[in-house]
Amino acid sequence: MKLRKGPATALIVVAILVAAYTLFPFFLVVINSMKKANDIVANPVSLAGASFAQLSQNIQNVVTNSNFNFWAAFGTSAIVTIISLILLALFGGMAAWVICRNKTKWSTVIYMTFIASMIIPFQVVMLALISTFRDVGNFIGIKMLQSIPGIVFAYLGFGGAMTVFILTGFIKGIPYELEEAAAIDGCSPEGTFFRIIFPLLKPVITTVTILNGMWIWNDYLLPSLMLGQNGPVKTLPVAVQAFVGSYVKRWDLILPAALLAILPMIILFIIAQKQIINGMVEGAIK
Amino acid sequence: MTESKSGNKSLSLGLLVVGAAMMGFALVLDVVGIRVGYRGPLLIAGALAVLAGLYFYPTIEHHRGIINFIFLFPLLFTFTVTVIIPMALGIGYSFTDWNGVKVNNYVGLANYTSMFKDPAFIWSIVLTFLFVIVNMILVNVIGFLLALLCSSKIRGTDFYRASYFLPNLIGGIVLGYIWQFIFSNVLIKLTASAFGMRNSLLSNSKTAFIAIIIVYIWQYAGYIMLIYITGLSTVPKDVLEAASIDGADAKTTLFKIKIPMIASTITICTFLTLTSAFKQFDVNMALTNGTGSVKFLGKTLSNGTQMLALNIYNTAISKNNYALGQAKAVLFFIILAAVSIIQVRISNSKEVEM
Repeated sequence: MKLRKGPATALIVVAILVAAYTLFPFFLVVINSMKKANDIVANPVSLAGASFAQLSQNIQNVVTNSNFNFWAAFGTSAIVTIISLILLALFGGMAAWVICRNKTKWSTVIYMTFIASMIIPFQVVMLALISTFRDVGNFIGIKMLQSIPGIVFAYLGFGGAMTVFILTGFIKGIPYELEEAAAIDGCSPEGTFFRIIFPLLKPVITTVTILNGMWIWNDYLLPSLMLGQNGPVKTLPVAVQAFVGSYVKRWDLILPAALLAILPMIILFIIAQKQIINGMVEGAIK
Repeated sequence: MTESKSGNKSLSLGLLVVGAAMMGFALVLDVVGIRVGYRGPLLIAGALAVLAGLYFYPTIEHHRGIINFIFLFPLLFTFTVTVIIPMALGIGYSFTDWNGVKVNNYVGLANYTSMFKDPAFIWSIVLTFLFVIVNMILVNVIGFLLALLCSSKIRGTDFYRASYFLPNLIGGIVLGYIWQFIFSNVLIKLTASAFGMRNSLLSNSKTAFIAIIIVYIWQYAGYIMLIYITGLSTVPKDVLEAASIDGADAKTTLFKIKIPMIASTITICTFLTLTSAFKQFDVNMALTNGTGSVKFLGKTLSNGTQMLALNIYNTAISKNNYALGQAKAVLFFIILAAVSIIQVRISNSKEVEM
């Protein structure tokens, strides 16, 4: 498998060109976020007119814009994502453990239902979901639409199947003797789960958290339907969509807003690159 | 455990009774129609009390069963309310004149027959299939080539791998707007000075469709590449060594050894691109919102770049035709399920042959 010098150089050139292509849009967002509106239109590719002073000015314009309400949207997205991820990991682990360790007819039926549901596209449930949530909310007196608890509830419902599927595959590989030994020592089943099984799930919980986290943070359709385009509560993608709609072609506002929206993901990726890449691959292979 | 048994029993029964009473009272308030603000929290508190009562119930033989129930309950409950019930209701609504709030009449198959008389909908189906086929081929070929590139022995593969994957981290709405900027402000300048092309790719239905494909590949090929890299890394080193000793060149190794050995990875990747291209919505919405004129079946349509998922959304939400949108969604589900089952069947039979 030795490479001669010629092909190796050619490969490097190709690799660099592709990297330039994939990174070019990010570069454009950054440099144009640093310019005034007329400089963006006049020279979108060059650095002419770009300055850090203008960057902070643009970002300030976006953040203080009352139509955008950046921090409120950012906070909503962060809360929804974090709570959904914690609950999905906890409830998903509990459900997967029960399904895995009880070979009854019921656990098989539940598991098969979860797996079959993964093929259901969101479009086929979304319309009835809104009316169901509205009716349930009216009936029990807790707002399910336009509310953070409602959207977390929906993410538990939609993310549950994949989470259980991946976690079950992992729990199958944990020797059952561990649990038998704990039971002989007088450990209750719930104690066995929380003290022995759950800590062992750490690597696979990292995987599902990455998969679910990328989905929930970037998801647009579900929050836009449940929270409404002009509702009081917005997640970041919904807020960006509404903001762009009201400032068509104002690239000096849209691009810094896009920059702010993608920045958390990019920072996270730089910090936890290895885990994210592994998580994405493992999730797909299972 | 045994010494506190009697204490536990009264605690458990107390919680069960109080919880049931709270839930009952809240439900009575709901049914009677007294809309007081505390009935929701009361219901939840009651349900938690019942679960706690069950948990403390002093029994050895049924304890495991109770724990199983409590552990399964949260996900099963949310799953039922968000997926199972809306799915069943949605299929039912597709046979009615549902308007998003209530049902007036049962209309049989009227929604299903009327959508096939609409050329705009047929166009969306055709366009979606075209999009899926083109992307399934291009994303897989490009992803695979990038995987070969990143698993070759050049320096800095970690950096290349990360930068190819980076677009996949960004949500479709935001990257749709970023690319809208590129197509309408940046690319147009380059093409104008190079070939005198002054129109943006997005201004014409055909080129706008190509633009959506470009963005989709940009976003997705890096992800597919990661899976192929993992697949390629499972090809045993000694097999490759044996091949090179036998005088196999790079091309033979690739087609006779590497590709057959990663057949299961190819299945996974085609399945992933198929379902994700089929469900494409965000980029479609942000980039063109489905607009663009096109001549089809003797009519001039205004939804030249509108794919199925966006068509369903616009039918129901923008045009406020919920029942028709729901019927289209059911058809969408049937097509998606059928296509994925066929695809997995074909790939599985191929794998066995190899």
